[in-house]
Amino acid sequence: MDAIFLQILNGLDKGSAYALIALGLTLIFGTLGVVNFAHGALFMIGAFCTVILNKLLSLELVTQSATETTPWGTPVEVHTPYVVMWFGKVGETMIDYSVFWSILFAIPVMLIIGIAMERGLIKFFYKRPHADQILVTFGLAIVLQEIIKQVFGANPIPQPAPEAFVGSIDIGALVGLGANAVVYPIWRLVYFLFAAVIIAGVFAFLRYTTFGMVVRAGMADRETVGLLGINIDRRFTAMFGLAAVVTGLAGVMYTPILSPNYHMGMDFLVLCFVVVVVGGMGSLAGAVAAGFLLGILQSFASMPEVKAFLFGFSIDQVIIYLVAVVILLTRPRGLMGRKGIMET
Amino acid sequence: MSDNKFKRRSFLKGSAALGAGVVAPTIFTRTASAYTNEPGDSRVVLGFNVPQSGPYADEGADELRAYKLAVKHLNGEGDGGMLNTFSSKTLNGTGILGRKVDYVTGDTQTKSDAARASARAMIEKDGAIMITGGSSSGVAIAVQSLCQEAGVIFMAGLTHSNDTTGKDKKANGFRHFFNAYMSAAALAPVLGKEYGTDRKAYHLTADYTWGWTQEQSMIAFTEELGWETVDTVRTPLSATDFSSYIAPVLNSGADVLILNHYGSNMVNSLTNAVQFGLRDKIVNGKQFEIVVPLYSRLMARGAGDAVKGIFGSTNWHWTLQDPGSQAFVKSFGKEYGHPPSQAAHTCYVQTLLYADAAQRAGSFNPCAIAEALEGFKFDGLGNGPTLYRAADHQCFKDVLVVRGKEKPESEFDLLEVFNVTPVDKVMYEPDNPMFAGGSLGKCNPGT
Repeated sequence: MDAIFLQILNGLDKGSAYALIALGLTLIFGTLGVVNFAHGALFMIGAFCTVILNKLLSLELVTQSATETTPWGTPVEVHTPYVVMWFGKVGETMIDYSVFWSILFAIPVMLIIGIAMERGLIKFFYKRPHADQILVTFGLAIVLQEIIKQVFGANPIPQPAPEAFVGSIDIGALVGLGANAVVYPIWRLVYFLFAAVIIAGVFAFLRYTTFGMVVRAGMADRETVGLLGINIDRRFTAMFGLAAVVTGLAGVMYTPILSPNYHMGMDFLVLCFVVVVVGGMGSLAGAVAAGFLLGILQSFASMPEVKAFLFGFSIDQVIIYLVAVVILLTRPRGLMGRKGIMET
Repeated sequence: MSDNKFKRRSFLKGSAALGAGVVAPTIFTRTASAYTNEPGDSRVVLGFNVPQSGPYADEGADELRAYKLAVKHLNGEGDGGMLNTFSSKTLNGTGILGRKVDYVTGDTQTKSDAARASARAMIEKDGAIMITGGSSSGVAIAVQSLCQEAGVIFMAGLTHSNDTTGKDKKANGFRHFFNAYMSAAALAPVLGKEYGTDRKAYHLTADYTWGWTQEQSMIAFTEELGWETVDTVRTPLSATDFSSYIAPVLNSGADVLILNHYGSNMVNSLTNAVQFGLRDKIVNGKQFEIVVPLYSRLMARGAGDAVKGIFGSTNWHWTLQDPGSQAFVKSFGKEYGHPPSQAAHTCYVQTLLYADAAQRAGSFNPCAIAEALEGFKFDGLGNGPTLYRAADHQCFKDVLVVRGKEKPESEFDLLEVFNVTPVDKVMYEPDNPMFAGGSLGKCNPGT
């Protein structure tokens, strides 16, 4: 029971990341009809927004020790962050909470990157076949990750969670499963809640604002909305920016869970495309539902009991694809896919 | 018409004679060469095949720095580094056998096929007489096999799988780095002393040659200690989030988690394990512990605070106080502004050992060099007295057991040497079952 509860939590947590990234992918596909293989790179850039802000806040005054020397004979360097010099304890707290400040930093950065990406490159491929879109966005993803590698190196750069959020919480005791039965990292719970808030925010924005209503109308029938004199292209460009922000924020908050590295976007990309297809191309609710569903299934598949049941075969790496095959065979449009989307 | 015919025949004959004349010296040269890429009188080319891109690129960059430093020292530039402390005194800063040392580099990308392609290019196009490098056992084994076929010496860089000098050993390949068996043999007594002999271990293992042999070695030595192995779970190399692998550990009854992971796998699995509060748990009345059999400083930096207090093993560490290590750290630190990693150390040492062997053999013939390296005993290169065993081309030396430092004083000061395990405790017979299944074969000088 404890193990099942723990794997459900794990699945929800994993699913949060899948759902956030898949939500952005679907927004772009649903509005612009573009298959964006550079979407994983947006997740990675979001994560590196945290790295950049942390580095900026940690900029140091380097002085040379008068007394100590390194083993190779040069004076030892003494590093003091400027914010600590200027603000003392407040400065230390600023560095400690850099992940949260990164949210504020990432929103404008990702918005600009998203709009620049759409205006500068992707808009030229709207009327081209999906294969062309895949090639150009995949190429863009590789360029972006190589730039990040050149600047930050190939090794992961750890970004600790704020001190107050380090450690785990005894959820088992809270839900009556006994002390220490289910212990879960605090930050992963924070991530799940954050994802829930962002997803709810995006849905509310699309549902309850005029802008959102026009976008939804455009997703349903772009031509008619255009005939009504509404500049739908401008709104779709804004949606590309919004999708980049959502994905970037998913990356920002993921940094204490997975140390950012240049390749992290690619690791998520393929899985998230499967999530989108299973959820139904162009369906926002489908993407979110499939994200959580596949996250939970993947977690359960790595349980030793499942492995024992399958005569020692490990299926945790293939479960998502197996489920995708089954769902597409039984429901070719995915869980919540609509007629006419991605169909000619 | 007949004139034309005659002329054409004359032309063909002339062409054939000319062609034979042009080709003959080449054939003569080829047959005159006793081995692949025999160098001329002025320079000798070494091939440094390291990961310059891919997940181990930072490690590869440090290896390349070490190689460049070794070349400098061999050519008589800089302070000489470990040439001053090496027990063999044949190298005097005049290159190798009077030839200036030059080098070419290749990018393995930590992929076997890319590594073989770059090694092949360095041998065939650049005339490299020796290939060295690598940050992965899969790559090392693949390149070692290529070098055997091509008839050049392979001086392995960072490769820790038992198989490199076990079932996949080759007569042209030599490894200075330690291996999975040695790590387990060195770690087990320390683990027994620190954590007791009544423990239940759970293994998470990277699913490739190195992970398998590391897991096998750790199981053998910990079970000999009295530990029970609760479960072994293989994880794909591409895994980044290990939370779903860590969660079952909590309910398995295990009180020790052994992470047979390296590189980014190790960084992520260790970080996840610490996040799940494993180290704060009491299981079977004992404090839960995590062990990382193979440590590297570069990885420790990636894992951050998670490494504190965690045991592992390493081939070499820059804080060692012997004259060889100090000379190398001084030389490397002055050149690059930071201390060398264990990968840098083994690559630097391998270059010196190759050069010295050529010098002692008086030849660049791979078979003469292999003979000079086989059974060679040396000291002064940072690991104490060391033997290059003839039977499997594996170096035998003391092994360091290290622990993540609780209060690091700098970004480089992450590990502390907890114990130096003497070489006789990590020695094994060449026919040990964990290394069985292959043979060195015959040295191939190529042509």
